Amino acid sequence: MRLISQIGEWFDRRLQLAAPIREVAEHRVPRNTASWWYIFGSGALTVFVLQIVTGILLAMIYVPSGGEAWSSLQSLNHEVTLGWFIRALHGWGSNFMVAIVLIHMVQVFLFGAYKFPRELTWIVGVFLLLMTLGMAFSGQVLRFDQDAYWGLGIGASIASRVAIIGPAAVKLMLGGPIIAGATLSRFFALHVFVIPGLLIGFVCLHLLMVVKLGINEWPMPGRLVKKATYEAEYHELTKKDGEPFVPYAVWKDMFFAAFILLAVAACAVYFGPFGPAGRPDPTIIQTAPRPDYFFLWLYALLSLLPPSMETPALLIGPVVAIAFLLLLPFLSGEGEKSWRRRPIAVLTILLLAISLGTLTHLSGYTPWSPHMNSWSGDPVPDRFLRGTTALQRQGALVFQGKQCRNCHSLGDAGGHRGPALDSVATRLTQDQLIRQVIQGGGNMPAYGKNLSPAETTALVSFLERLHPPNQAPARDASRDVAISETPETHAPAQP
Amino acid sequence: MSNDNTLSRRGLLMKLGILFNGIVATAIAVPIVRFLLSSITRGPANSYLAWVTLGSVAEFPEGETRLATFRNPNAMPTDGKTIDTACWVRRVAGDQFQVFAVNCAHLGCPVRWFPQSGLFMCPCHGGAYYRDGSRASGPPERGLFEYPNKVQNGLVTIQAGELPTPGSPTAALLGKKPPCA
Repeated sequence: MRLISQIGEWFDRRLQLAAPIREVAEHRVPRNTASWWYIFGSGALTVFVLQIVTGILLAMIYVPSGGEAWSSLQSLNHEVTLGWFIRALHGWGSNFMVAIVLIHMVQVFLFGAYKFPRELTWIVGVFLLLMTLGMAFSGQVLRFDQDAYWGLGIGASIASRVAIIGPAAVKLMLGGPIIAGATLSRFFALHVFVIPGLLIGFVCLHLLMVVKLGINEWPMPGRLVKKATYEAEYHELTKKDGEPFVPYAVWKDMFFAAFILLAVAACAVYFGPFGPAGRPDPTIIQTAPRPDYFFLWLYALLSLLPPSMETPALLIGPVVAIAFLLLLPFLSGEGEKSWRRRPIAVLTILLLAISLGTLTHLSGYTPWSPHMNSWSGDPVPDRFLRGTTALQRQGALVFQGKQCRNCHSLGDAGGHRGPALDSVATRLTQDQLIRQVIQGGGNMPAYGKNLSPAETTALVSFLERLHPPNQAPARDASRDVAISETPETHAPAQP
Repeated sequence: MSNDNTLSRRGLLMKLGILFNGIVATAIAVPIVRFLLSSITRGPANSYLAWVTLGSVAEFPEGETRLATFRNPNAMPTDGKTIDTACWVRRVAGDQFQVFAVNCAHLGCPVRWFPQSGLFMCPCHGGAYYRDGSRASGPPERGLFEYPNKVQNGLVTIQAGELPTPGSPTAALLGKKPPCA
């Protein structure tokens, strides 16, 4: 025991670190900050350390080359002992990190912790969030599979829309004129050197400010932040009602750190690593790329925005959002901290959470994507075929054969890009059906050039049957009048 | 010790030191920046583009649209499979061809050709195009990107080498503009 303390003293005489470490550990924090609400910052740091460790381990096997990245991931998954587990830890760690960073940010926002004097802590935190998202995207690129390849194409398409510098930005991003080996190498440099280096630096700054400025006290409704008096009040609070950070508050952080590592490991064991999906071969075009979980909302948004809104939303939206986050502490640097007295703050968070949740949920079944195999794979429900004429059956074949089903569902099978057609006959008359098929419109292509008159007649006669048994098909009242005047004309179906 | 008006020897040496470092840093920064921007600044405009062969005319039946692949003119040894690119070749009649990029004009996903309905459909956000590449429906704001093509010695060749994206200057020259609504 004496030997150990002697060795310790030998080192500390040279390093002189014991005193500052003790000072940090024992700095007094307000008692009420030792709460389960205050654990997410340290949780994010814990996952970040896990990401560094697992990332270094993966880099021992991974080859950042367009030709070999995919197969090196396959060896990690299947050949290297526990390679699959390290990949799974890194992949799940990434998901957890994005989630915890977001939760941490929401908590800080709702507790008013961004207000004076912690403005810069918040701003550094915004950059940490952006870097975390940058790590998530570049990490998906390093999993160099079909999704990564086409995902890069989507990134390039978005970047190219920036005025004036767009095309140059694309070449800079891709490291050349196309997505290829140089693209992967450059994202490797970003993911492994540039962003992590910045992240480590910014995390240190962030922590330094947390220690120097003190942990944000529990917000009390009515206790307003004033620049003139806040620091003295906070000092008073830690003196009167404070406790040393270690061990008073830190035990909760430690429990959460262990819990989060356990949760990541459990997900890694149970669900396994992410991909890689198909080989990144641009000549295999039978693929529908999807982004990783945290970018799914963006995938949904891009399909639901009107086309004219898309470029402005893509290019101006992020700039406005980031500018707002950076300016927030200057817009409301003083005043009420408690979320109980900040209804707009709470509603903003709820609105964002519901929007992101809804968009993510929608991207789970992508109603905007045509089902590419429905035309050949999905059966026409019996009820629409029973008792049909030869012409109507022919129409059902046209319906399937011309890929209508890829966008229009029948009996819930098929695409949802266009409206479901189970009861289309109650909405459109024969004339309207013909017009819609031939001329398209309302986001439907015109089929006039691709259907013969006979095919159109058959198709429309099939579509006219698509109505529930207890509901009459739509009819054109003016036509009834015309027909009553010329009795020999073919009469429309009566209800 | 120096006051505001005089410059001590040490002070002058430090300032000279800063100046010297500044000159050296600039001298090193120039090649670093040129290296970083090399993928943009490479040679004259469109220097990535070159004529590549897709195959003989006979491989493409008249009136049909077929998938073809070509090797990128700017190959790097680490490209692997990404060196190849696919494109849709439509032989209109005789030596008249249309060669479309597989990349959707919306966000670049690979579009698929459905000969039965004469449509290209995109699996991502549901963009659709007619057989001549013009926009049919969905989020794209324009028709498919088209490579310039010519028939030489019975071979179909196209001018390629750059990823077609909505904002690229080559894309602005090529392909169908959206039809008047």
